[in-house]
Amino acid sequence: MAARGETSSAGGNDAAQDPFPSAQKMSKRPKSKQLGFQFTQQELPACKPILTPGWVITAFILVGVVFIPIGLASLLASKRVVEIVDRYDEDCIPQSFKNKTLSYIQDDKTNKTCTRSLVVPKQMKSPIYVYYQLSNFYQNHRRYVKSRSDEQLRSKDGERKTNTCEPEAFAGDKGPIVPCGLIAWSLFNDTYKFSVNDTVLDVNKNNIAWDSDRKHKFGSDVYPKNFQSGGLIGGATLDSSIPLSEQEDLIVWMRTAALPTFRKLYGKIEVDLEVNKTITVTIQNNYNTYDFGGKKHLVLSTASWIGGKNDFLGVAYLAVGGICLFLAIAFILVYVLVPRPLGDPSYLSWNRNPAGR
Amino acid sequence: MTSGLPLLSSSDPPPLKLNKSAGSFGCLCRDASFTSSTLDDKQSNLTSEEGDSSPSDIFPDKPLAQAYRPALKKQFYSADLRYHQRFPLECPTPGRKRQVAWGSMDLPRSNNSSFSPFEISRASSVGQNKKSERVRHKSSQFEENLFQEENPRLIYIDDPRKTNENYEFSDNEIRTSRYTIITFLPKNLFIQFHRVAYLYFLAIAALNQLPPLAVFGRTVSLFPLLFVLSVTAVKDGYEDWRRHRSDRKENNREALVRQGGQFHLKRWKNIQAGEVVKICSDETLPCDMVLLRTSDPSGLAYIQTMNLDGESNLKTRYARQETASDEFEGCAISGVITCEQPNRNIYEFTANMDFNGHKFSLSQSNIVLRGCQLKNTEWVIGVVVYTGQETKAMLNSAASPSKRSKLESYMNRETMWLSIFLFIMCVVVALGMGLWLVRHKYQLDTLPFYRKRYFTVGKKEGKTYKYYGIPMETFFSFLSSIIVFQIMIPISLYITMELVRIGQSYFMIGDNHMYDSSSGSRFQCRSLNINEDLGQIRYIFSDKTGTLTENKMEFRKASVCGKSYGSSLPWLETSITERSTGTQRWKLKSEIAVDPELMKLLHKEVIEGERLCAHEFFLTLAACNTVIPILQDDTVSIDYQGESPDEQALVAAASAYGYTLFERTSGHIVVDVNGETLRLDVLGLHEFDSVRKRMSVVIRFPNNAVKVLVKGADTSMFSVISKDTERGDHIWEETQKHLVEYSSEGLRTLVVAARDLTVAELELWQIRYEDASTSLTDRAAKLRQTAALIECNLNLLGATAIEDKLQDGVPETIESLRQAGIKVWVLTGDKQETAISIGLSCKLLTTDMQQIIINGNSEIECRNLLVGAKNKYLVKSLSRRNEDFGRGNNSENGYHEVSLRTKSSQMPQWTVFKEEAKPNVPLALIIDGNSLVYILEKDLELELFELATSCSVVLCCRVAPLQKAGIVDLIKSRTDDMTLAIGDGANDVSMIQMADVGVGICGQEGRQAVMASDFAMGQFRFLKRLLLVHGHWNYQRIGYLVLYNFYRNAVFVLMLFWYILYTAFSTTSALTDWSSVFYSVIYTSVPTVIVGIWDKDLSDKTLLRYPKLYGAGHRHEAYNLRLFWITMIDTLWQSLVLFYIPLFIYSESSIDIWSMGSLWTISVVVLVNIHLAMDVQRWVSITHIAVWGSIVITYACMVVLDSIPVFPNYWTIFRLAKSPSYWLTILLIIVVALLPRFLFKVVRQAFWPSDIQVAREAEILKKFPDRMVSKENQTST
Repeated sequence: MAARGETSSAGGNDAAQDPFPSAQKMSKRPKSKQLGFQFTQQELPACKPILTPGWVITAFILVGVVFIPIGLASLLASKRVVEIVDRYDEDCIPQSFKNKTLSYIQDDKTNKTCTRSLVVPKQMKSPIYVYYQLSNFYQNHRRYVKSRSDEQLRSKDGERKTNTCEPEAFAGDKGPIVPCGLIAWSLFNDTYKFSVNDTVLDVNKNNIAWDSDRKHKFGSDVYPKNFQSGGLIGGATLDSSIPLSEQEDLIVWMRTAALPTFRKLYGKIEVDLEVNKTITVTIQNNYNTYDFGGKKHLVLSTASWIGGKNDFLGVAYLAVGGICLFLAIAFILVYVLVPRPLGDPSYLSWNRNPAGR
Repeated sequence: MTSGLPLLSSSDPPPLKLNKSAGSFGCLCRDASFTSSTLDDKQSNLTSEEGDSSPSDIFPDKPLAQAYRPALKKQFYSADLRYHQRFPLECPTPGRKRQVAWGSMDLPRSNNSSFSPFEISRASSVGQNKKSERVRHKSSQFEENLFQEENPRLIYIDDPRKTNENYEFSDNEIRTSRYTIITFLPKNLFIQFHRVAYLYFLAIAALNQLPPLAVFGRTVSLFPLLFVLSVTAVKDGYEDWRRHRSDRKENNREALVRQGGQFHLKRWKNIQAGEVVKICSDETLPCDMVLLRTSDPSGLAYIQTMNLDGESNLKTRYARQETASDEFEGCAISGVITCEQPNRNIYEFTANMDFNGHKFSLSQSNIVLRGCQLKNTEWVIGVVVYTGQETKAMLNSAASPSKRSKLESYMNRETMWLSIFLFIMCVVVALGMGLWLVRHKYQLDTLPFYRKRYFTVGKKEGKTYKYYGIPMETFFSFLSSIIVFQIMIPISLYITMELVRIGQSYFMIGDNHMYDSSSGSRFQCRSLNINEDLGQIRYIFSDKTGTLTENKMEFRKASVCGKSYGSSLPWLETSITERSTGTQRWKLKSEIAVDPELMKLLHKEVIEGERLCAHEFFLTLAACNTVIPILQDDTVSIDYQGESPDEQALVAAASAYGYTLFERTSGHIVVDVNGETLRLDVLGLHEFDSVRKRMSVVIRFPNNAVKVLVKGADTSMFSVISKDTERGDHIWEETQKHLVEYSSEGLRTLVVAARDLTVAELELWQIRYEDASTSLTDRAAKLRQTAALIECNLNLLGATAIEDKLQDGVPETIESLRQAGIKVWVLTGDKQETAISIGLSCKLLTTDMQQIIINGNSEIECRNLLVGAKNKYLVKSLSRRNEDFGRGNNSENGYHEVSLRTKSSQMPQWTVFKEEAKPNVPLALIIDGNSLVYILEKDLELELFELATSCSVVLCCRVAPLQKAGIVDLIKSRTDDMTLAIGDGANDVSMIQMADVGVGICGQEGRQAVMASDFAMGQFRFLKRLLLVHGHWNYQRIGYLVLYNFYRNAVFVLMLFWYILYTAFSTTSALTDWSSVFYSVIYTSVPTVIVGIWDKDLSDKTLLRYPKLYGAGHRHEAYNLRLFWITMIDTLWQSLVLFYIPLFIYSESSIDIWSMGSLWTISVVVLVNIHLAMDVQRWVSITHIAVWGSIVITYACMVVLDSIPVFPNYWTIFRLAKSPSYWLTILLIIVVALLPRFLFKVVRQAFWPSDIQVAREAEILKKFPDRMVSKENQTST
């Protein structure tokens, strides 16, 4: 950002002018010694940037010129993304349970199946990402974030390293809980089934987690144990015959979200969806967000090079680019109308205002 | 505060000692009006029974001394009795006393050593015990060297066992190291935790160990503290190891010690008090010893005291004649030395020795001190009196008190503000947490992300987990937010500043422009805490001699017998040739020009009045001194070594006129008078002291005539000169005229006088002298009384004038400093005329200045003078004063641009701007020490302050060392302006320690000033570069550094704070623990240090060309409260941008907390580094490496941290780096965050450019017209 003035070869030039005798001698000495001299005398060759009008205007124009195309491109990309968001947590409560949502969701016996119809507003090219979105769920709460044991997840040897997992560490005498901790315990357990015109849309749930997590963080020899065995069931149960490294829902869930409203990848639909098609979603509404007022959304979205649908990046780039161009013009005017000769000694305070300081 | 003596009798000092010293002082009226006739009677009664002792008895080359032992003894014992009788007589009136008291402090510079004792013993306390203590010091100054008779130290010669029987004297092992292997860890930690910063670290780390609070991992939180502690410990350990090594080396050196009658080698550390040690030439002395015998038959030894006081000239020490003849090899020796307890005073030593039945006194000239080197003497034998830590050298090795820079104290004020912000943020988090808990009170048991209760089967079932009730949770939340936000208080700043100051000091020391090639001394930074204060100095208090002047004396003129010689300049070559054709056979090291007329007078055959007078005049110059002639190998060339440069100059001058001193022992001197060798017995010598201000020798000529030869300051001499004859009157008048003339030329004058002593006078004097010089109590005072016996009715011979040359570049430096808006005050011990003349010659005073001279002898007089001056020059109030001061500057402003010398032409210009008609003449205040006594002690201080600050120049003459400190304090305590004191002598120590910045000149007057100073340099003119260039740089750098560090930490903390608002106030940090810790330690620390050391706003040439640029420091331009608030607002904006741009971009996305944290980490590091880059004014390669390197290192660290699978943030950075929106986000953050700052900067530079900015543009665009000129010259040559 800072404009550069000319690079002065401060060393040789200034030293020659120097009254100090050794400075003159220096120029004849070998280069390494001269460098040492320049170093100790703080005369190393230096670039001394100053904000000349030219540099200021160039800087503004440069920012404007770079930012506006980027802004346009990202805005365009964002506009191209097709996104279907459906909040279902309220609508999936049967009428009879409207006032007692908690007893509905906590009761094992109630039927939690719920069917939703979604209309595709625009053609959606595959892959279509299926997300669930939770709101008001503080996955970033300090008690929650820390309630896991990475060593336990990683290998069988770390099974008993559960001290960070309280209060979901041990299942009484039965030994440690695998995977322990609140994060695993509260694993999301709603399920979705999609169909278009009664043909079932396959949801690919493979490779929804990070490769690195599957390969290195979650051990292939670690199997769930004593999971959800306590008096309070937090969420999904895990098949104890499948190693953690293949429990991708868990792996996704365990990458805790940064913000209280977050999306997590549920799966991918690998067929294109045509415009105005109606998708029927059969939801098993198991997950309890009702006691803390959390919202649940189902999100179907395509992706672009900037990620999901988000206009902010593009708008911000356009705005900043515009402002900089405007400033460039403003400064051109300023320098034309009220020029100040650079380095004019008459602007020094003692010259400008001789009557006092 | 009152002057010395009245206080002595009224205030708290121990009464016993006090009375004695007061008594002894009472009789010290410095003029002949005190002839002590009553005293004389009593004395003669007491001493008459001792009969007529031949004067020669004192000198042991006549074997009669033994006979007078009884008499001498008796006299010694009667000392107390006489003392009491005398006391009532010796109480002059208070007024009288006062004058005496201050008169005594009014010291000509020629003999510094005579008062430095006080300085050394008191100096260190002056700085520490502030004002209230000063009262006491002023008075205690007169308790010169109290002898602690209650508890003397007994040394049995050659009997260390008996010596150490009763008292356990320390052994000779010295320990300068602080630690041993065992004590290192606890002691070092204890010392380190004296710093508040470390305690803060510790408290934070301790908080983090509490289970409910563990915000960071426990080990991670200890990392910064351990890092800092271990770095400091390693540094301390290394330093201490070096000290251990040098101690060991020192302790294991060997010396010849008498063991069983023979001298055997013994390690230094095993030497004990009482042992007899033999030292050979060029060896270093292992401990403080009393000389017993030397290779010289008369007991003479030369030592070099370089290590002790920095003086390179040789000093003489004598073994007493009583011991010098004894054989120390083989036979038994017995004797006792009674000496004072160990003290720091290297210029005094008082003891008595009882040796083989003789009892005699020992003084400073009989002792050699540890650290000195023996020179020009084959060997000496001495008895050890002080060892190890008790030696004077070790007692004097205390460090000067540490000072704190003003900017740092401002910084602490802003740190308070930051603490308040921290507190507010913590309260917000805690309250938020409390409210959130209340709202979710009933869900806490089951809330998936909170769950306070155990539901697992087992014994914990139903219990709560880490939940202590809402109030406690709120409180814990408060504490844990302190942990998270801890770096809001920029602890690392203190460490950064230390590093930066070390770097700055390195370059200040390395600056070749401040290298004094004549003495080979580099600039020294003795204090590392106040570099930036150099950029804000408003007042400079300068000593004169040795600081402004070179303290190299040159004999210029002489007034002999009422005629002035040497004024016929230029000194012709002929005079030198004439001299060489004459009888001159001695070659001097320095050439001295000779007045042919005076030479002719000396060579007249006829012995008449004037010729005799001139003869005696030069004889006095040659004889009346303490200079040691050192004959070179060829025995023709002589090097005069002496403690006083004035004396050296005089002796050299005498030699040039044919009176060459070429041999000196304790008993006689030999003078070559125009080829004739004249051996003169020295019967006694009264050394120069600050009360009498003269010295005298009693000389017996070969023809048995006895004369007393005296030289001294004019004020003290004229009172002891007889002027009964008409001729005397005439000479008197003429000489006085000459003296005025000389001193108005800036020459230093001394008056020379002599007289014959009658036999009766001589006898009386001899007895008294012997008594006084063996006295243990008040020896100095008794010697003074004795001197008064003979220093009276003297015949005036003439006067000498010595030129004290100005140092190079002094006028230019003073001129520049004044243009820079710095006021230079000169405080000197010289007399008024000399001071004014020096002031004129160094352009401090100009002829168009209105001089206000305050020269009062009483409080009322002083008040009248002050008030009168104030009324006359319309200085009324403080507000006026400021105006006046500003105006004073303007006058300088004006002429600077036009030309350096056309001041007067600019005068009308600024009067036009002022509507009030004020005297348009700059004022100069000249005030003398006597007046200062009344002013500084009374409520007149304020009056003086107002008057002095409205004058452009202040000159204080005849000031005593402590008055110098008093004047500095006068300004320091009444204004916020920074003060700098510069001096070279021991008498400047108190001033140097009192001022905000103390600068010592490594001159000829020893190292006392340097030891006490914060900075030391070789020449006064370096001050210009030190202040205008380095001071400016340091100030700008540190000022920016502090603001930037505040910003750097605050922006990070605020970013964390905003995030916490999105985590249900649970003090989660999205950043990994390691990143949080590394942020201020690794990611961003190096560039600030580098910029703090290397950045330069302006080149040294520009700064020196426009001294007024220094005003930036006076106006606090680089660091002030306004800048702080602007920085904080900028910080707020940047933190909001930092936090919210990623938040908006990644809202409703599947981003995980660690990716977000990684993004924030990188963003903040890049942002603060680019912020810094935007402000860097001078990019050298190192700056590039530091700034861009920091960003690279941050990425490297992130990559490393994200490659460890155990961390939850595993692989984050690799995923992020693949997505374009990540990079776009960072770019957007940087631009948006810095846009307002950039805009502000640009607008400010376009419309309201600062001086520095304009000068910088001029410098870079090379707009200096004269620069072009010099370039052309360059190419042509």
